[in-house]
Amino acid sequence: MKWGVVAFPGSCDERDAAYAVGSVIGDDVAMLWHGDADTKGVDAIILPGGFSYGDYLRCGAMARFSPVMRAVAEHAKSGGPVFGICNGFQILCEAGLLPGALVRNRSLRFICQNVGVRVESTDTAFTAACEKGEVLSIPVKHGEGCFVASEGELERLEREGRIVFRYADGAPNGSLCDIAGVSNEAGNVVGLMPHPEHAVDPLLGSDDAVVLFRSVHAWLTKTKLRRQA
Amino acid sequence: MTAAPAMRQVDESLAIEHGLSPDEYRDILGHLGRVPTFEELGVFSVMWSEHCSYKSSRMHLRRLPQSGKAVLQGPGENAGAVDIGGGMAAVFKIESHNHPSYIEPYQGAATGVGGILRDVFTMGARPVANMNSLRFGSPDHEKTPFLLRGVVAGIGGYGNSVGVATVGGEVSFDAGYNGNILVNAFTLGIVRADRIFRAVASGTGNPVLYVGSKTGRDGIHGASLLASSEFKEESEQMRPTVQVGDPFTESLLIEACLEVLEGDDVVAIQDMGAAGLTSSSVEMASRGEVGIRLDLDRIPLREADLTPYEMLLSESQERMLLVVHKGAEERVTKIFTKWGLDCVVAGTITETGRFEAAFHGKMLVSIPAAALTDAAPKYDRPMAAPSAKLPALKLEEIPEPSDLGAELAEMLASPNLSSRRWVYEQYDSYVGANTIVHPGGDAGVVRVRETGGALALTCDCNSRYVSLDPYVGTQHAVAEAARNLYVTGARPLALSDCLNFGSPEKPHVMWQFSRAIDGMADACHAYEIPVISGNVSFYNDTQGASIPPTPTVAMVGLIADARRTASIAFPDGEAEILLLGSGEPVLEGSEYLAFRHGKTGDRPPAVDLAAERRLGELCAGLIAAGVVTSAHDVADGGLAIAISEMCLASGVGSLISLEFSGRADVALFGESGTRILVAVPAGRVTEVESRARANRVSTVRLGTTGGDTIRIRDLKADRMLVEARLETLRSRWEETLPAISHADAPEPARASAGG
Amino acid sequence: MTFVARAFVMPKKAILDPQGKAVASSLHSLGYAEVADARLGKLIELRLDGKSKAAVSARVDEMCRRLLANDIIEDYRFEVEKAAS
Repeated sequence: MKWGVVAFPGSCDERDAAYAVGSVIGDDVAMLWHGDADTKGVDAIILPGGFSYGDYLRCGAMARFSPVMRAVAEHAKSGGPVFGICNGFQILCEAGLLPGALVRNRSLRFICQNVGVRVESTDTAFTAACEKGEVLSIPVKHGEGCFVASEGELERLEREGRIVFRYADGAPNGSLCDIAGVSNEAGNVVGLMPHPEHAVDPLLGSDDAVVLFRSVHAWLTKTKLRRQA
Repeated sequence: MTAAPAMRQVDESLAIEHGLSPDEYRDILGHLGRVPTFEELGVFSVMWSEHCSYKSSRMHLRRLPQSGKAVLQGPGENAGAVDIGGGMAAVFKIESHNHPSYIEPYQGAATGVGGILRDVFTMGARPVANMNSLRFGSPDHEKTPFLLRGVVAGIGGYGNSVGVATVGGEVSFDAGYNGNILVNAFTLGIVRADRIFRAVASGTGNPVLYVGSKTGRDGIHGASLLASSEFKEESEQMRPTVQVGDPFTESLLIEACLEVLEGDDVVAIQDMGAAGLTSSSVEMASRGEVGIRLDLDRIPLREADLTPYEMLLSESQERMLLVVHKGAEERVTKIFTKWGLDCVVAGTITETGRFEAAFHGKMLVSIPAAALTDAAPKYDRPMAAPSAKLPALKLEEIPEPSDLGAELAEMLASPNLSSRRWVYEQYDSYVGANTIVHPGGDAGVVRVRETGGALALTCDCNSRYVSLDPYVGTQHAVAEAARNLYVTGARPLALSDCLNFGSPEKPHVMWQFSRAIDGMADACHAYEIPVISGNVSFYNDTQGASIPPTPTVAMVGLIADARRTASIAFPDGEAEILLLGSGEPVLEGSEYLAFRHGKTGDRPPAVDLAAERRLGELCAGLIAAGVVTSAHDVADGGLAIAISEMCLASGVGSLISLEFSGRADVALFGESGTRILVAVPAGRVTEVESRARANRVSTVRLGTTGGDTIRIRDLKADRMLVEARLETLRSRWEETLPAISHADAPEPARASAGG
Repeated sequence: MTFVARAFVMPKKAILDPQGKAVASSLHSLGYAEVADARLGKLIELRLDGKSKAAVSARVDEMCRRLLANDIIEDYRFEVEKAAS
């Protein structure tokens, strides 16, 4: 299958995401330029981590208006998998493709550390190959990762099983209900603050997140959305 | 001066206000054969400042070894470069941003990171790892919490945003830095060995391109004023001159420059750092022995009313100067425009050998470039060893502690030995997906995918040792850096030095500087490694008091196989702990003696470079052979601290037995070089011992890993000296730095293997 | 005509404002015990051309809704006046 990784001005983990799905998982990868409303017919899209537009105004506030986001939204609407990692999660929330918002860490400091991330739902494109309740060791590295949403929205997310990941040992950033990641209703759009692209190589620490990328293969087969070869 | 002075009569008194001496002003008159224009005076004042001209240090720096088989670029360019095999090169340098960081800690530290990044990618190398060495005043000095928070946030804010992993560094506290903190920033980049770019202008008629951010009033007179003179009361008002950085623009600049450098259009490239447009133009022209003429009307401005003087001296960040081949302007401009960056033709290369700048049709500057660089003043400043002798240590006057477990807890909680987690968790150490060893151990290690190997990096200096004896102390700095690399499995390749000293106009400071240079040179010879780049920061004085002499050593080592590295954490399962090397612990110069008893003695521990190298080579060999995966050097705080650090990193205790004659506190907390701890599965012990014997390195079996307690036993007296629960020690160890920073309570502690 | 618009973007009352908390706490330690609460927001100043104050206000309102404020977490208000020449 083919992945598309979007690079916004100021993204910094796009190469790492491409390396994870390209070299480690072994799929085809195309880099998608923010200025082109063209997702090159890829099967799945990653919005990577980083500091798009310097995080100026609000994280992801300006990136969401990039031409490429129109194409990303269409891809999402037709059921295509979209994975928002950290800044990518922030962009998806700003774009309204995911609920809630990410605000400044409770401690007011950037935090970089390995955390336990528990899989709460396996009904998404990025957790289809996981076991419910399994805890993956994945690093977080962000200054604005505190997930917030209205009480009503939170209730809805719980009810609909759309909280995909929770911090197993308590949120390091103050996220409500220890939420580390959420999905849209159909489960094809997932955003999370931890960085799975930095947990795919045992030489570098943990490879617990390989299963998240492999899940997409399972999902695409299941939902019969795979492009004809 | 708080702002650029309005046009005034150029005379000696104006020159003095610019930081020049009467003699220097006379030399300027001689070079020009006339009175300089106002703009020319500004140009001389920055180019002849200590910070840019190195006038007090140049004759001493010559004594450092700068060449070697693997050296691709030695000092004299924006950064140094060494061959790392596989057709690749490592480009690196360490640089100071001390004075601006004291005045505005966040932006001072941030722009320090920005500047050193530019020095590396201007050579065509993609930055892959950062480090920083930070020295603050006493923890209870009123400014320390503010400076600590600001500097760490600034380094993280800039480095994380640009997307370069910060993988190591050091933080220490000493009252000697109360009025002058030190912020030394280091960047390592990787490039193909045959694609290193230099800043040597050439080709009459070649266009000179200005790229990056618009020019504003940032940092006017930063080089000549801030970095070249002492802090006095008025310094507080100097806030407006501190530069403000934009890491977002820098990240675009990195991508754009590296893309342009893939082609063959660029003749020379240099970043605009200290003294901005002036220094980059002059230095590129001077190295190429050509002239350069700038058209100041073309400079992109942030404020429309900038004067030519301000344009020439502005230190606005995130700007580069390129010399390209005639005809390449359009192609190069297109690339910068794609990345959203200004790119204008701002000048031409000439054959006059002069630095010229015109504005509104008038030539305001015409100076032979060499007068600003090669012919800049060189001083052989008077040197004199301090006359006062420090009192020798009388061991019998130091009371022996009755509860060594309590001593260990106090030591682990001390400002200089406590956990630095509060600091490094504010830095992204993952970006790039190549970090094998994260902060928290002895050296950061990053994989080099192009070669299958890895690079280890560390920066070190024990300024107390250097104060006690600048020659021996600096040798210790080199030896400690080398040890920190060896224990990750790396062999030292080259170093970059950041020499932080007081005023060179003080004979005892100049003496310290000269002795430090000699110590570094001799140590480099012993390890057969060159100094490929570096930086000198003088005038770190406040109200007449100089900082302790601080020659920070940043060293890079090579690991042949990225899968063969070691870290500070114990291996899984039960393991045996061995002490390699025969360093004899003493209290002189030790953290224990200073922190617990307020004394230093009159000398640092002795150093034996030949023994250090043998020990280090043995350790790296054991790791390369896959025999050892857990190693840690014994340094500040001594053996008990080193063991504790391994236990804390692992979340696993240990039981060790020490055989010693003399005092227990000396055995536990005494310091020396030439000691490394390794932890290996029982089946590997005899292999370690036989290899050590073959390398003439002594080994002692200390004990085993396991449990939840740190236990240290006196073998001869058969009594337990220390029995402390690991998690109790961890709380003490982790709470100090957050408390010093006046931050909230720390996040729940996690024992993470490998840091 | 040239106008200056000032948009004030504040975190919604329901959203935890840790920066505000930190500021209030710092003021207390400086001796200003009378401070009950602090909240931190943004002031965005725009210089823009338009036919009339009403026309400009409508545009600024749109800008706030689309970009300058995120209505999940922020409230906004703004004022518009003719620019001093």
